Amino acid sequence: MNADRRSGRAFVFGDNVDTDALAPGLYMKGSIETLARHCLEALDSGFAGAVRPGDFVVGGENFGMGSSREQAAMVLRQLGVEAVIARSFAGLFFRNCLNLGLAPLECAGAGSIQSGDVLTVDPVAGRIINRSRAQTYSCVPIPDHLLEMVKDGGLLPHLAKKLERQRDVS
Amino acid sequence: MGRTLAEKIIARAAGRDFVQPGQIVTCRVDLAMVHDSSGPRRHKAMLEQLGAKPWDVSRIVVVTDHYVPAFDAESAAILDLTRRWVRDEGVANFYDMEGICHVILPERGHLRPGMFAVGGDSHSPTAGAWGCFMFGIGATEMCGVLVTGEIWLKVPPTHLVRWNGRLGEGVAAKDIMLALCRDVGLGTVKYGVVEYTGSAVAASSMAERMVLTNMSAELGAQTGIIAPDRVTVEALAAAGVSVPEAASWQGDADAIYAKVWEFDASALVPQVAAPHSPANAAPVGDHRGVKIDQCYIGACTGAKLDDLRMAASILRGRKVARGTRLLVAPASQRITAAAAADGTLAALAEAGAILMPSGCGACAGYGAGVLAEREVCLSSTARNFKGRMGHSDSLVYLGSAYTVAASAVTGRITDPRPMLAEKVAA
Repeated sequence: MNADRRSGRAFVFGDNVDTDALAPGLYMKGSIETLARHCLEALDSGFAGAVRPGDFVVGGENFGMGSSREQAAMVLRQLGVEAVIARSFAGLFFRNCLNLGLAPLECAGAGSIQSGDVLTVDPVAGRIINRSRAQTYSCVPIPDHLLEMVKDGGLLPHLAKKLERQRDVS
Repeated sequence: MGRTLAEKIIARAAGRDFVQPGQIVTCRVDLAMVHDSSGPRRHKAMLEQLGAKPWDVSRIVVVTDHYVPAFDAESAAILDLTRRWVRDEGVANFYDMEGICHVILPERGHLRPGMFAVGGDSHSPTAGAWGCFMFGIGATEMCGVLVTGEIWLKVPPTHLVRWNGRLGEGVAAKDIMLALCRDVGLGTVKYGVVEYTGSAVAASSMAERMVLTNMSAELGAQTGIIAPDRVTVEALAAAGVSVPEAASWQGDADAIYAKVWEFDASALVPQVAAPHSPANAAPVGDHRGVKIDQCYIGACTGAKLDDLRMAASILRGRKVARGTRLLVAPASQRITAAAAADGTLAALAEAGAILMPSGCGACAGYGAGVLAEREVCLSSTARNFKGRMGHSDSLVYLGSAYTVAASAVTGRITDPRPMLAEKVAA
């Protein structure tokens, strides 16, 4: 996340969106750019071509179930997806999102969002505004220390920054 | 207040007397396992970027199983990079094309009850059958573990799943898990621990117990676990591991569970899960007659020696139907050797099964055996998500090795029990 509040369009999927759909095994050995072009194609063949930086992916229950492959989160970042909003997340995918700098927002109201709705998201306040429907949903706020990691771009840049600080001190 | 087995292991790894669900703790990692897809290929550059080295190579296990054997230039390069990293870092625990990581770990004596471990693969909960707390993580998080030897977690609540009674002839652990995917659901346990218990679990082999903990991933659990007993201790001994305190890793009698689920194994019939979810499970009879192009016995979930023997018990004296192919990829080289020694492989080959190398293969859509558009597969693996085994418009059904073998004989989804009964009669 580059700033604390961002607006974008919603791409809505159902329950149990799986990691094979996000990062298909057939393309796992290739580059992240290639893999991203096939992101979610089993569910919506037009998704990767239509999504633009700043947009949001919205799901139902258990978003990201399946594999540990963190490319499932990486491809969404590669495509510029700002955050994933879902009623609930698979635990492994949730951890991977944070580690890769993609905000996973657990939102009970996710079911009210329709494809194409314009959303403004404030992960610090835990608030999602649906501008197309004049609705506001609350989401589970991401704790400060984890949000800082997400803003840094994930665990690695965050660790690098931390190591840098330690080196400066010593 | 009583503690569950998982809580005891986490407390030990966190250096605390006591932990409770919801608490966030940092744990020392006893063992970190990676494979060719999630491992050096991903973490080598990350470690270099950080200028860091692995914290303890004696605690790292590397297995090549996803891109084996290499099938094109890219997969060959991934394997080459893996071998180079292992050599450069001096990782002794390296298993190159010898089997699937989750099967290799216990087979080569790396697991012992009470262990706290992480794996770069979502089916890492498999180790829970051996009384370990092991869960899957992504490659970036693994890089953090390799640097620090530690990982944080939010202590998960434990769900107790009790299977009373005994499984009937032709019914397997796979049927238990497909029924659980339907009856418990894929996300209900919300990254908690699923602990399996009951007379049906006690009566099952380690290989079958590993199916239960393996498919805990499908239930959305952080991991699955089974308290060690006499069967565990004997199997550990067979793998050359002698742990005097092995059987002492037990939950307390007054442990607090998020929920206790009770099921009757005696009433369970073979299950088949329809595309595109393991939760689409139903008694095999509900899918009877669905025509199958490919039958697949493979992967960490469904190609251990027990599975191969289940298939052989059906296939002896029978043939794979014309118009159907049966692919068998034993889960490890040692399993292949054992199956060759006891005549199991011969029974499969004589029936017309096509033997494949040990590896993850078609289960994850990698390598040989993937499906074309509109093709229908019945598989002993864990996942049938849309497009996972090949073309996004292929169809994958899941069943036990018994059911896959019986269906290979008829070319259609078939209840294995009458074929087994016929054998007994003959």
